[in-house]
Amino acid sequence: MKPAPFEYYRAYAPAEVVELLTGLGDEAKVLAGGQSLVPMMNFRLAHPAALVDINAIAELDYVRREGDSLRIGALTRHRTLELSRAPEVQDGFSLLPRAARWIGHYPIRSRGTVGGSIAHADPAAEWCLLARLYDADVVVLGGQGTRVVPSADWFTGFLSTVAATNDVVTEVRFNRPRAFGALTEYARRRGDFAIAAAAVAFDVVDGRCRDVSIVLGAVAGEPLRVTEAEALVEGAEPAAPTWAAAARIAAAAIRPNADTYGGERYRRHLVDTLIQRAFAEAFASDASVSAASGIR
Amino acid sequence: MIEQVGQSIPRKEDHRLLTGQGTFGADAQFPRMLRARVVRSPVAHGRIAGIDTTAARALPGVVDVVTAADLPSDLRIPVRIKVQDIDLDDHLQPVLARTDVRYVGEPVAVVVAEDAYVAEDAAQLVVVDIDEENIIIDMDDALDQHTIADFHLGFGDVESAFTAAKHVVALDFSVGRHSAIPMETRALTVDYAAGTDSMEVYGATKVPVFNRRVLAGMLQMDESAIRMRAVDTGGAFGVRGEFYPEDFLVPWLARRLRRAVAWVEDRAEHFVAINHSREQRHHLEVAFDDEGIILGLRADVRHDNGAYVRTHGIIVPELTLAMLPGPYRVPAYDGRVRVVLTNKTPCGTYRAPGRFEGTAAREQLLDLAAATLGIGRVEIRRKNLLTSAELPHARAMSTLGTDIVLDSGDYVGLFDRALARVDELGWNDLRERGRAEGRRLGLGVCAFLEKSGLGPHETADVQITNTGRIRVHSGGTSLGQGIETVLAQIAADQFGVSADLVDVVNGDTLLQPYGAGSWASRSTVLSGNAVRGAGREVADRLRDLGSQMLESAPEDLEVADGVVRVRGTTTNAVSLAQVWQAAQPGSRWLRPDEPAGLAARHRFSVDHMTYPYGVHVGLVEVDPGTGGVTVLRYLIAYEVGRAVNPALVEGQLRGGMSQGLGGALLEQFRYDQSGQPQTTTFIDYLMPTASEVPVVEVVLREDAPATTNPIGARGAGEGGLTGTGAALASAVSDALGLTSMDALPMDPAFLVQALATAANGVERLASQVNHYEVVCE
Repeated sequence: MKPAPFEYYRAYAPAEVVELLTGLGDEAKVLAGGQSLVPMMNFRLAHPAALVDINAIAELDYVRREGDSLRIGALTRHRTLELSRAPEVQDGFSLLPRAARWIGHYPIRSRGTVGGSIAHADPAAEWCLLARLYDADVVVLGGQGTRVVPSADWFTGFLSTVAATNDVVTEVRFNRPRAFGALTEYARRRGDFAIAAAAVAFDVVDGRCRDVSIVLGAVAGEPLRVTEAEALVEGAEPAAPTWAAAARIAAAAIRPNADTYGGERYRRHLVDTLIQRAFAEAFASDASVSAASGIR
Repeated sequence: MIEQVGQSIPRKEDHRLLTGQGTFGADAQFPRMLRARVVRSPVAHGRIAGIDTTAARALPGVVDVVTAADLPSDLRIPVRIKVQDIDLDDHLQPVLARTDVRYVGEPVAVVVAEDAYVAEDAAQLVVVDIDEENIIIDMDDALDQHTIADFHLGFGDVESAFTAAKHVVALDFSVGRHSAIPMETRALTVDYAAGTDSMEVYGATKVPVFNRRVLAGMLQMDESAIRMRAVDTGGAFGVRGEFYPEDFLVPWLARRLRRAVAWVEDRAEHFVAINHSREQRHHLEVAFDDEGIILGLRADVRHDNGAYVRTHGIIVPELTLAMLPGPYRVPAYDGRVRVVLTNKTPCGTYRAPGRFEGTAAREQLLDLAAATLGIGRVEIRRKNLLTSAELPHARAMSTLGTDIVLDSGDYVGLFDRALARVDELGWNDLRERGRAEGRRLGLGVCAFLEKSGLGPHETADVQITNTGRIRVHSGGTSLGQGIETVLAQIAADQFGVSADLVDVVNGDTLLQPYGAGSWASRSTVLSGNAVRGAGREVADRLRDLGSQMLESAPEDLEVADGVVRVRGTTTNAVSLAQVWQAAQPGSRWLRPDEPAGLAARHRFSVDHMTYPYGVHVGLVEVDPGTGGVTVLRYLIAYEVGRAVNPALVEGQLRGGMSQGLGGALLEQFRYDQSGQPQTTTFIDYLMPTASEVPVVEVVLREDAPATTNPIGARGAGEGGLTGTGAALASAVSDALGLTSMDALPMDPAFLVQALATAANGVERLASQVNHYEVVCE
């Protein structure tokens, strides 16, 4: 569990990252928090010839609000969002700090970055789900300058995105703030990769659900928007029967692969459970209420 | 000074461990030290067509690359504990595969380089050409061709018992493959002295004297030229410290290259290299009379031992059979076990070997019997537990070479005490309340028998030092269990001093060449009584010399508070340091022919093991939405005979419980159909963390001191684990409204399915075992 030899470069500005990546070719990798890349290198599952360390680029570490858009610098640590009580986050994006608590363990949250997670594109990753949930845009700097990629176009399959080898993610813009949101997961131990995850966001206008998003994690190669279920909840009463109906549709819509953690039937069952719980948690006046309570 | 035995004094080893001053296997560093890296088989079974080391040798920094062709001869690692007179020689593991590989991870070559990074780079360049052969993964596929041992243990007339039975209840139960995963992986550092052709070996902490004997034999060296240093270790639990291929390879390479060589197993290797354990399938049948009293028990056990037989031989399957009747009155018993080989990592013992498996199966059988006979789960156990009047109770069979004689105790008393405590804690009410809220809560109980204090002997030296301190050279090893503290407490009481005045050195073969090591919950019983014996002999010697110095008869003297004094006086005394001085060569108190010094070596021998016993109770909640199990409450009641350090006993029980929880709910080594391990990181192999383990309530009793050793201790290393699978399975089946469970670990996908089954009014699961086809489709 010692990595294969690699070259190491440190960049001090986003443009320098692109310059280095362009020069190094497609065997180079960006090192942000390193919480996925470094273990993969130690297991020799990844053999990058070079690393470009972006941790010294302080200008990529920020959280700011511009209108309906919450802009998060790529180098912002999970822990920063987890601890954030700032009004620009809480207003319409209060789910982000709550959802960040699901990410791994404390040391991972302290070191891992939002941009790194989006670039790594693990279908179980909380930021990837949230990006789809809030119709985020991914801001990328590449050889041709800056471009903005809608998250709907960003993910192209398991651990893969539309990014070119000399692209670096500089910012993630969360859009469409909503009053209600929740993300819930099931893993066999606290802090593990989710076996399945569900996130929901919606508003309630005149006693009806509006602007509904439902995203599932870890059930496909990339985070999965369940539009059929969204359509069912849109305009419906915010109540348990609605959640149950949406959950049923979502559970039927997925095509999960079987793995060590259970077959297709089990994953559907989990999705059914998690969507109902996510909606219930989102709509509970106290967002910290979870499905299980009482005896502990 | 207050008697030290019985006090929960802080651990002596903690200061060095908590301040970062511990010395672990990888901490030994020597000039010009080389690093070894093992090249392992990537396939589960095949013939080695060739190994090309050219590219690896060419890498700068590489010093040597060896394969089986470089070894002195066809070396195989012998069995440490032989039982049942079954010849296993054909199945022993070679130190490097010569013609065939039989599991993924089997060592085929070793690279030695100037640093660990280069060694790993070079290891990737070794090209191993293997012609793959037929692979057997499921133990039942191995029964016909690869059964290497098939034997029975038992007593009484089982045929008649079943003929006379009013009820016969049968259960199939399987336990998944898992093992101990010590925090510290294996690590060996060998410092070789070319000038004297001798070596010091650091890091094999468990049975150093045995390992030295094996190593000396394989290297054809005199044992005295090898010094084993059992240093601190981050846990052992049965697996760490046994003699593995690397335990030969690293010293052999150091001698071959005439330089120090270090090897540190990485975690990915550890998962495929360390002894696996537990994988068994049980078919049990029990016969009852019309009152629900057990008349007879039958067991048919299949045991998957992986690709080879390692140092533990076949003691795990033997212990499974021997301990299966447990604390119950079983008039007739026939247990059969078939040990098979498959293309998976070889197996050995893991804390509570055979008992975790057998207890889980037997207790589920009793739960099923309770439902079948229409009597309560508590009642069926109470009816059948041996009473104190029935002890000692001899079972006409033997295990580990000793006859089974359950010495003394009150099994029913402890059972009732545990349940009374559960009631007092309000757990029955909790269960009812949760159920009234529509939640799936379940309470499970099990009773079990443990074994401890396996002899036949252990040796300890006790000596007085020049400053009047007491020094112990024990044959036990310090695995993190606190044996240094326990032995210090026992030694201190022989001199009436604080344990602070005692220094304990464990597992150094130069200082203690007769030690049998620490395993099988034996150290407090065996090493403890050896230390006690040596301490008493030194105290006698102190009185002898003291009687001359104080001009009093030895019988009028006492050794207390660090002095030898005339009984009843305080001033008429000499200190231990003064007596030490008096015992030096040339002292006027020493006769010319009398050996100098204040030291004694004592060997404690014992014919029979001692049998602790206990009760586990668990309260769990099953989440029907996810199949997840939360252990809400847990209680362990345990009879330890004599608790030398109650806090350490409780720590042993609690630590054991968390490992048992892992085996019951989380941990399993999985393989795909081609024999590729699927669990080679902590992402896939699920050790319980602090979030999954509840606070454990302990009811520690000293009501029945062991009659087989002077201290009365029963051993405490394993009882925290033994009943965990049983109690949690019982609790889960109670939560689901089923009669019993039939497999461990109880994974969520299966429980969701079981809930659906239970909802259809079916109380008994169709028998399912941990088949491998569920993995990776």
